[in-house]
Amino acid sequence: MVAYIVRRTLLMAVTLIGMSIIIFALLRLVPGNIADILFDSAGFVDPAEKAALEEELGLSDSIPVQYWNWIVGLAQGDLGFSYVSELPAIDEIAPRIPITAKLAALALFFSVLFGLPLGVISAVKQNTWLDYFLRVVSLSGLSLPSFWLALLILMAFVTWFGTIPIYTDPPDNLWDELLLYSIPAAAVGFRSSALIMRLTRSSMLEVMRQDYIRTAKAKGASDRSVNYGHALANAVLPVVTIIGIEAAFLIGGLIVTETVFNIPGVARFLVEAIQWRDYPIVQNLVMFIGVIVVLTNFLVDLLYVSLDPRIKYE
Amino acid sequence: MQVKTLLAGAAIAAAFAIPLQAYAEQAGGTMRVYHRGTPPSGSIHEEATSSTVMPYMSVFNNLVMYDQAVAKNSLDSIVPDLATDWSWDESKTKLTFKLRSGVKWHDGKPFTAKDVQCTWDMLQGKTKARMRKNPRKSWYWNLDKVTADSDTQATFHMKQPQPALLALLASGYSPVYPCHVSPKKMRTNPIGTGPFKFVALKQNESIKFVKNEDYWKEGRPYLDAIDWTIIKSRSTRILAFVADEFDLTFTADVSVPLLKDVKEQAPNAVCHKVTTNVSTNLIVNRDAPPFDNEQVRKAMAIAMDRSAFIKILSNGENQLGGAMLPPPSGGWGMPAEVLAKAPGYGEPDEDVAKAQAMMKAAGYGPDNRLAVKVSTRNIAIYRDPAVILLDQLKAIYIDAELEVIESSNWHATVARKDYQVGLNLTGVGVDDPDVVFFENYACGSQRNYTGYCSQEMMELFKKQSSMTDQDARRKLVWEIDSRLQGDVARPMIDHRVGATCAQPRVQGLTVMVNSSYNGWRFEDIWLKK
Repeated sequence: MVAYIVRRTLLMAVTLIGMSIIIFALLRLVPGNIADILFDSAGFVDPAEKAALEEELGLSDSIPVQYWNWIVGLAQGDLGFSYVSELPAIDEIAPRIPITAKLAALALFFSVLFGLPLGVISAVKQNTWLDYFLRVVSLSGLSLPSFWLALLILMAFVTWFGTIPIYTDPPDNLWDELLLYSIPAAAVGFRSSALIMRLTRSSMLEVMRQDYIRTAKAKGASDRSVNYGHALANAVLPVVTIIGIEAAFLIGGLIVTETVFNIPGVARFLVEAIQWRDYPIVQNLVMFIGVIVVLTNFLVDLLYVSLDPRIKYE
Repeated sequence: MQVKTLLAGAAIAAAFAIPLQAYAEQAGGTMRVYHRGTPPSGSIHEEATSSTVMPYMSVFNNLVMYDQAVAKNSLDSIVPDLATDWSWDESKTKLTFKLRSGVKWHDGKPFTAKDVQCTWDMLQGKTKARMRKNPRKSWYWNLDKVTADSDTQATFHMKQPQPALLALLASGYSPVYPCHVSPKKMRTNPIGTGPFKFVALKQNESIKFVKNEDYWKEGRPYLDAIDWTIIKSRSTRILAFVADEFDLTFTADVSVPLLKDVKEQAPNAVCHKVTTNVSTNLIVNRDAPPFDNEQVRKAMAIAMDRSAFIKILSNGENQLGGAMLPPPSGGWGMPAEVLAKAPGYGEPDEDVAKAQAMMKAAGYGPDNRLAVKVSTRNIAIYRDPAVILLDQLKAIYIDAELEVIESSNWHATVARKDYQVGLNLTGVGVDDPDVVFFENYACGSQRNYTGYCSQEMMELFKKQSSMTDQDARRKLVWEIDSRLQGDVARPMIDHRVGATCAQPRVQGLTVMVNSSYNGWRFEDIWLKK
């Protein structure tokens, strides 16, 4: 197990280095840079002033030098300065991470809270009206575009309650925070819970056809014990995988939700930073998201061992 | 009898007192405004966008400004600001300002004439401290120098008479900057003498300003603070305004079609539907074939059915005009009868027939159609007219393909001249020919995207600029405008109309009808409690 952890850690380091090269190169391949964009807001481009600005921002250095400067800075904890705000990149990124993390955690909580039990119910009550109903609900969760659903929620709030659940000011306390994030989290969680529900259902149905389930039933075990003690315990492995993937996705994938609900999280910030070609923000933020994804996958792999005793890492 | 008279008098007095009290300005409160996106910086002199000037104008003062209670900017609506008085010398080339004394910058340092000199020296590139960008360099083509004659007097020395200099100095784009603050700090943490102090900008989140307790204008501002919330999604911000989350929308953010929805959902909202002095126009790359051929350029310009654009894009609300904003909102645009005689503004069917003949003369026709690309920014207000243009060009044997350029690369693409025909929007800071002509049509101007350059026209630009008789100047401006349309310098499609909405409690707000950039000092605004 120790050897496995060491091997995975090394692999993670290689993955992150590869990722840093790819994101660095891709950013430079996209046409235009911050100088073009800053001049855009002035309505003209002056080649001499643009060159001076590129020099000031270190963009006139060769690409390998720029990469080296970034990696050396990163290793020393220096993320550079945002080209747009001219503030340290860490000061721009750090306050946004908890916002997205809370929203993602709440969304994941909702999706597991509803997705898992409803998936079990749908499998146990296969081909009943309840199963059909839940399948229709889950299909709608998967097929409704999230921006549309989010806007629908906002319109419903404005029409029926005369208020709008968007972020305009930082919440004062935990309760306000919970209220503020619960609506967008529910909007995101709806899709994730639908995914988890369908996966739980299909996984449960497969497990429930296994011999050991039949044996448990033959021995007189209760439905609850069979469904939850035997079937769910064995069906949950692929569900855990998908929950891990969703958790990683939610950190960087909440762009639409953050935009529509006006939440100043990392996903929306990342998109804006890409539009501004704010390299220090994009590079460091993508690396952060990469670390989260790699770590989450690693933790899910470790979780397999505790969930399924048959799995052993050599 | 006396008692009755007294009672009657008291009743009349009370009847008058109630409305008077109801309309007396009330100090205090925080005004909440939404913003459409993070401003590129807080330095007004470095930007050419309402994203910066609307929130940050309240941080600064000008020497003079447009009366914030008069909707139409003109030389007659200019009032003192940091200058208490001004006078021209006999040659009309020296404009001397008497400055207000006792004014302090937000950091406590005193304001003097040196700051005035310093600001315009920086705009002319004469100072050591350099701005990253200087978009309004062309405004000061005629400025020789600015001198600080004493702490309370500054003089602008011009190369030739230019009465409209005052119009430029009154714009929201012409604040006085402090000498002792670097351009970098002005971008991130601007210091002014204005009614509100900058507190903080959080990207994608908010911009906050608080009342300047030491403001030199007694009793102003009324508001304690202005909170701007940045909301990128237009649907969200309009819904938020409807839900009464905000007192005021961003300038002209409510399009004509959206205005109907807003009025239905928030019937009490006070919406000002105005011309914004932003025009939709064509930029034609006159250096590259086939548009190096004058006939092809002219054919394209006259073939456009501008009324169709206006009808489709704005339910007929946008305005037809030339380079200058048309009357009644604009002070210098060609009146309808003059405009009708300008090339391309006649009967659409006749113009298309003329354009077809020109195209045939240039070697194109039904069997030899011209393939071109029409480039535009990837923003709906650019894309929508571009699509209409593609359709209209078919009538004159042009098969155009739409090339959508990522918004942030638009000006870089234009500067490289990497386009054939571009559909563009142009915002005008001040409704004055000196701004429009020298910024967009003068030889060598950075914002003259097409590189149109005519020495004869340059002389006319200068001539109109020096004229003191404003009526005679107006007639010359019409002639110039008509010639610019004929030269296909930057063919105009329409002048846009947009709405700015406020909740009924917002008092003292006047939305300017001939510029989106000059009416945001916010010092006279108060909230009815």
